[in-house]
Amino acid sequence: MVVTVTVPVIEAEDLKKQFGEFVAVDSVSFTVEEGEVFGFLGPNGAGKTTTMKMIQCVSPKTGGKLEVFGMGVSTHQCEIKKLLGVVPQENNLDPDFTVYDNLMVYSRYFDIHRARAERVIEELLDFVQLREKKDTLIEQLSGGMKRRLILARALINTPRLLILDEPTIGLDPQARHLIWDKLKSLQSQGITIVLTTHYLEEAARLCDRLVIMDYGKIIVEGKPDELIKEYAETQSATLEDVFLKLTGKKLRE
Amino acid sequence: MTHFAFPRLSNRVWKVWHRNKDVFMKTYKVNFLPPLLEPILYLFALGFGVGSFIDVIEGMSYPQFIAPALISISIMNSAFFECTYGSYVRMYYQKTFDAIIATPLSIEEVITGELLWGATRSLIYATIVLMVIAAFGLIELPSGLLIIPFSFIAGFLFATIGMCFTAISPNINALSYPTFLFITPMFLFSGTFFPLSLLPEPIQYFALAVLPLTHVVSIVRALTLANFSVVLLVSFAWIVLVSLVLFVLSVNLMKRRLMV
Repeated sequence: MVVTVTVPVIEAEDLKKQFGEFVAVDSVSFTVEEGEVFGFLGPNGAGKTTTMKMIQCVSPKTGGKLEVFGMGVSTHQCEIKKLLGVVPQENNLDPDFTVYDNLMVYSRYFDIHRARAERVIEELLDFVQLREKKDTLIEQLSGGMKRRLILARALINTPRLLILDEPTIGLDPQARHLIWDKLKSLQSQGITIVLTTHYLEEAARLCDRLVIMDYGKIIVEGKPDELIKEYAETQSATLEDVFLKLTGKKLRE
Repeated sequence: MTHFAFPRLSNRVWKVWHRNKDVFMKTYKVNFLPPLLEPILYLFALGFGVGSFIDVIEGMSYPQFIAPALISISIMNSAFFECTYGSYVRMYYQKTFDAIIATPLSIEEVITGELLWGATRSLIYATIVLMVIAAFGLIELPSGLLIIPFSFIAGFLFATIGMCFTAISPNINALSYPTFLFITPMFLFSGTFFPLSLLPEPIQYFALAVLPLTHVVSIVRALTLANFSVVLLVSFAWIVLVSLVLFVLSVNLMKRRLMV
């Protein structure tokens, strides 16, 4: 008899990150299950990006437990990173290459065979609607196109977990909706998605579950509509009202 | 984190090398211009110009004397500048390293790939300078061809030196310090354009102890003249040993800078 034990995609327990005296992530615990879209919300400096970087194995944790696909982030960086797709907050496309070459060069880092990479790149160019821009240099792309290309790049290794740090930052509504459509279609393919965002509408639309972070701690966790029900004071309240109620209106930076 | 932990590496380091090679080949025409032109300019201005006042120097003509120095300088400059300004731009402005470490590559592998590429650049440039100098008949063949593999080893040394400075420079302008306080004096005082023996003795020892170019020049000069001595083994050992130490140090310094 085969016993399959389902391991959560991400399991964090008392996860902590300190930069000198400053505690960026303060003993947070959360679990992300296979196939869900999980959101991190919070004001600037709440510790969202730091948490993402620890999950991606590019920022070592200070304390606590963090496992991705059941593997420890301090011991299995390479194995974990093979299964991840990452859309970083900052655009870090390679300006020395065209759209196509950005994807091709990136595929090599994952040891993807050239023939397979060529096929996957063709599919991805269609998926993010950048086929006509194939031979364009990065600096000639619009902000929306760059974000779409980064999304395509994150999918080059057909990841099981996609991490998006503010995927639609600085985009116009059209470009934002396009990214949202793509993320929904990825979700329907069963990819687990973790994202951070400032846009409450984005979180409400996309996330199955989310946490709101502030000062390095998780203050609430739940489904978007449940959080609205639980914390809102009026009938027409949105996630934004909940957010401001919980984190206050004081500027953080 | 210690400064001398030996990095864990895999053959993925070549992926980074491959990326840099692809970029280099995109603009190969302009990249090949300096190693072609520079030795010709130096040979005419210094070798045949200033050299017309010099009959013989250490038993050879002045152009013969500076020819190996020109090769050594191109080895130094190509790796050092690639792993200072080049790597700094990729690290800080283009965020290329951030993009790569989101894949199975580790930061140690990225930096090692950069160093190997810096060394490769030295090899490419030294080979071109070598051909120019051979065309002027200033080199013994075939022993001079040994300079090609040697330029990779010496280039790796200058790559690691450059990477250490990249790791500790707070901004790109700060790279002027090693350039003008270290590279430029080394360019002039390493037995390049006049024999080291003309310098006061303490400075000679100083040059041998801390100026890598002196060792590189003596080896390249011996290879261009097919004139070997046991002392060269000491120079070679110096280069290999210092490269290894600085390789480990540069990787750890970069790790400390980037893995926060």
